[in-house]
Amino acid sequence: MRAAEFAIHLLLLLAFPPILLGVINKTKAAFAGRVGAPLLQPYHDLLKLFRKGLVLSETTTWVFTLAPAAALLAVILAGMLLPAGPLDAPIRFTGDMILFVYLLGLARFLIATAALDTGSSFEGMGAAREVSFACLAEGAVLFAFLVLAKNSGALALSSMLRGVEEVEWGIAAAPLLLISAGLFIVVLAENCRVPFDDPNTHLELTMIHEVMVLDHGGPLLGLILYGAAIKLYILGALLVQVLIPFDNIGPGGAPVFVAGLLGLAVAIGVVESIMARLQLRHIPYLLTAATLFCAFGFLLVTR
Amino acid sequence: MILLVLEAAAALALLSGVPVLLSGAGSIHARAFGRVLGLLGSTTGLVASMWSLCSHNHSRQDFAWSLPGASLSLGLDPLSAFFLVPIFLIGGLGTLYQAGYWTPSIHPRNYRRHCFCWGLLQASMALVVIARHGVLFLFAWELMALSAYFLISTEDQLEEVREAGWVYLVATHVGTLSLFGMFALMKTLSGALEWHPLPTGAPEDWRLFAVFLLGLVGFGIKAGIMPLHFWLPGAHANAPSHVSAILSGVMLKMGVYGLVRTLSLFPDPPVAWGAILLVLGAASGFLGIWLAMANQDLKRLLAYSSVENVGILLMGLGLAVIGRALGREDLQVLGMGGCLLHVWNHALFKPLLFFGAGSVLHATHSRQLDVLGGLSRRMPLTAALFLIGALSISALPPLNGFVSELLIYQGLFRASQALDGGGWAGAALSAPILAMIGALAAACFVKVSGVAFLGAPRTPRAEAARESPGSMLAPMGILAACCLAVGVLPVGVAPFLEAATECWIGETLVANGEGTLGAIAPLRDIGLLSGALAIGIASVSLLLLPRMKKVVGRQMTWDCGYSSPGPRMQYSASSFARILAKPLEWVSHPTSAFPRLVGLFPEKGPFKPQESRSFPEGGLQPYLTRLVEHGRLQLNLALFVLILGILLFLGRLDP
Repeated sequence: MRAAEFAIHLLLLLAFPPILLGVINKTKAAFAGRVGAPLLQPYHDLLKLFRKGLVLSETTTWVFTLAPAAALLAVILAGMLLPAGPLDAPIRFTGDMILFVYLLGLARFLIATAALDTGSSFEGMGAAREVSFACLAEGAVLFAFLVLAKNSGALALSSMLRGVEEVEWGIAAAPLLLISAGLFIVVLAENCRVPFDDPNTHLELTMIHEVMVLDHGGPLLGLILYGAAIKLYILGALLVQVLIPFDNIGPGGAPVFVAGLLGLAVAIGVVESIMARLQLRHIPYLLTAATLFCAFGFLLVTR
Repeated sequence: MILLVLEAAAALALLSGVPVLLSGAGSIHARAFGRVLGLLGSTTGLVASMWSLCSHNHSRQDFAWSLPGASLSLGLDPLSAFFLVPIFLIGGLGTLYQAGYWTPSIHPRNYRRHCFCWGLLQASMALVVIARHGVLFLFAWELMALSAYFLISTEDQLEEVREAGWVYLVATHVGTLSLFGMFALMKTLSGALEWHPLPTGAPEDWRLFAVFLLGLVGFGIKAGIMPLHFWLPGAHANAPSHVSAILSGVMLKMGVYGLVRTLSLFPDPPVAWGAILLVLGAASGFLGIWLAMANQDLKRLLAYSSVENVGILLMGLGLAVIGRALGREDLQVLGMGGCLLHVWNHALFKPLLFFGAGSVLHATHSRQLDVLGGLSRRMPLTAALFLIGALSISALPPLNGFVSELLIYQGLFRASQALDGGGWAGAALSAPILAMIGALAAACFVKVSGVAFLGAPRTPRAEAARESPGSMLAPMGILAACCLAVGVLPVGVAPFLEAATECWIGETLVANGEGTLGAIAPLRDIGLLSGALAIGIASVSLLLLPRMKKVVGRQMTWDCGYSSPGPRMQYSASSFARILAKPLEWVSHPTSAFPRLVGLFPEKGPFKPQESRSFPEGGLQPYLTRLVEHGRLQLNLALFVLILGILLFLGRLDP
């Protein structure tokens, strides 16, 4: 049983994420009145990239080639700390939420360092933006974890995301909604979606994440895009599990979890379709708003 | 017996500078003899202090001293032994490092004095830690301060160095003054001029608070706590790099040792003291790393990051004090364990980074990040080791910095969880601040390692850099290995931490069950996961990548199709830091010079990259007004949250 759960969890973590990108793109296409690329297009894109050869810049060193793979490892490990709906996380211990945050931090550190290895001013620009905006996002996530820890009385992600029933729902709902709002903004920011970043744009001066990987090609770019998809899945799964109480749903939770993630992808697609990108200098204010949502949620649980 | 061995080790360290002092810098034999003495002393001291820490050794020796009212009382307990370990470790590695870094042929003027003071600093720090009588402690403290002064002003032909040394000298004596006051008050309370537990006084007793406050100022200046840190960046940046390493990695910890020791004497401190320490720690950490980010001088930046790390230490200490005030043993164990482990961790990665900065300085003769670049091709080993240090100091797994921060986080979460009724917002607000500190540290060290070591060389100086000799690389290698070892095997350091924590708490933790660090903190899990991550990264880099790399071509950086990218077009350190540094400009007062472009054919002009100076300049008035009057809703709301948190917290102080 345990092995089967582990296998399903791992399968979800490794195989499911690219479809979220497909759903986002399909939603955007629907808004624009287009048919759009097939749902499974992201898988084809990844396979194509992995089959390609590699062109490297003369300036780069081993850091450039190692970083995407190491960052992917860190992101996958972070995903293993997170429960998937009714399935417990394969790895759980007290304090794993801190490891979760710092593993994502490790991935960011590596990708940003690799960007600086190319010696390109554009990539430096992207790296600077990525690491600077992350400071605000990490504060928001930690506030959210404090709320969850306080609500559930637990100190491990698996129990923190479940144990809300110990307090009354009426009391828990308001702070949970506040941190969900904050976490949704963080999901958009950390996965470089509109209004923070536009994954479709080719105007390098205004991009954040995409501009860091301009010089990565072939398998390296594939690793980075795959890692980004998994990161979207992880942060999305965190948000979905804050919103949906899987303990009360029982064994039928797995389809609900998947449906929740797909719903989140549709929501991201809707946001991308109806909003414009923010001016770069306004991004910190939106992220501060995310932190404040979570902070107010925290003040509510401290009462 | 062990105490005697440790005294001998300190004496050997002291003697290590004497041969060169007497015979002159030219004699190879004197240098070799001195180095052997120094290494012998550090090795003996390291082994003996680890051993006494393992065996929970408590011992004491008293000798008569001709000074009236004083006695030569020396003592050893796990807390002392814990702080002795970094002294001997970094002392020994620094002795190795300077063999290649500070040679008499390059520095004939100051070599003798420098060698002698290097030994004296180690010996005096060891004496500070094992001194038990107040007068002896102050004597050792002064000796340490003076030897550090002479080491900081080693290159006293430079104006900047003289000024930094002078500021340090004034600062350290202000601190010593308040320590005098502290010991005097302690004598009125406990009746002995010693580290002696203080009576459980009424909380109204102003003398207890005065002891705390004087200790906080006196030791806080040495440790570099935020408003008292003003001497630190200049002093650490202008000293020779191995001296910066020992000042940052070890001497700051003497201030922390003093605070830890002083606070262990209060049987029931008020909760507010813990809160004061937490707030000071959060402020030091946050502003320290922010100012580090705004700095483009490699060593000054590292010095500011020491202020940050002392802030993190202080957060752990504050948590432990809160735990003691409330009788919560788990908070004490987590807070003190995190604080003490961070003492060791910072003593591992900061010297590693300063040694790396020294190697860069040695190879390029510049500390300015904006003239470096591309060093990882020219100094591959230094670059790799520096990167390990950068990852550790950013508290990223699988390295050691993460473990100590995890302990502190866990304590903060427990505090916020267990204490209901609201007022605990203050304590718990520290956790998100610690997360922001971590993210800022990562940003800062992406900047340093990226700008200095990666990309293309920005100047001919960086182009001409060569790898450092083995005697400089070996100490860095040892430190990097220690960083990885503590990160992957945190269980291995748990017994040491428990021994010292027990000594601070004053009672034994319940073995094999609740109460020990291993039982409260997930050290085993962290070790396993970090090990898996480290093995994963290593196997990817060694096995997978060489196979995956079907490199079909090497070309110049694409750079969006620009046809002739030059190294000077790269993103510089100041531009990298601009997003984060801009809001700080009213504090850091950056100066930069641009060429004036006049007419159709402007003449060449100088460009000076941005340089920031230290924080306390100008009155406080403009800072406060600008903090409030800027019209940004989000920032005002953030202030509101902060103030609400503080108010809620204050409301709980007097139940």
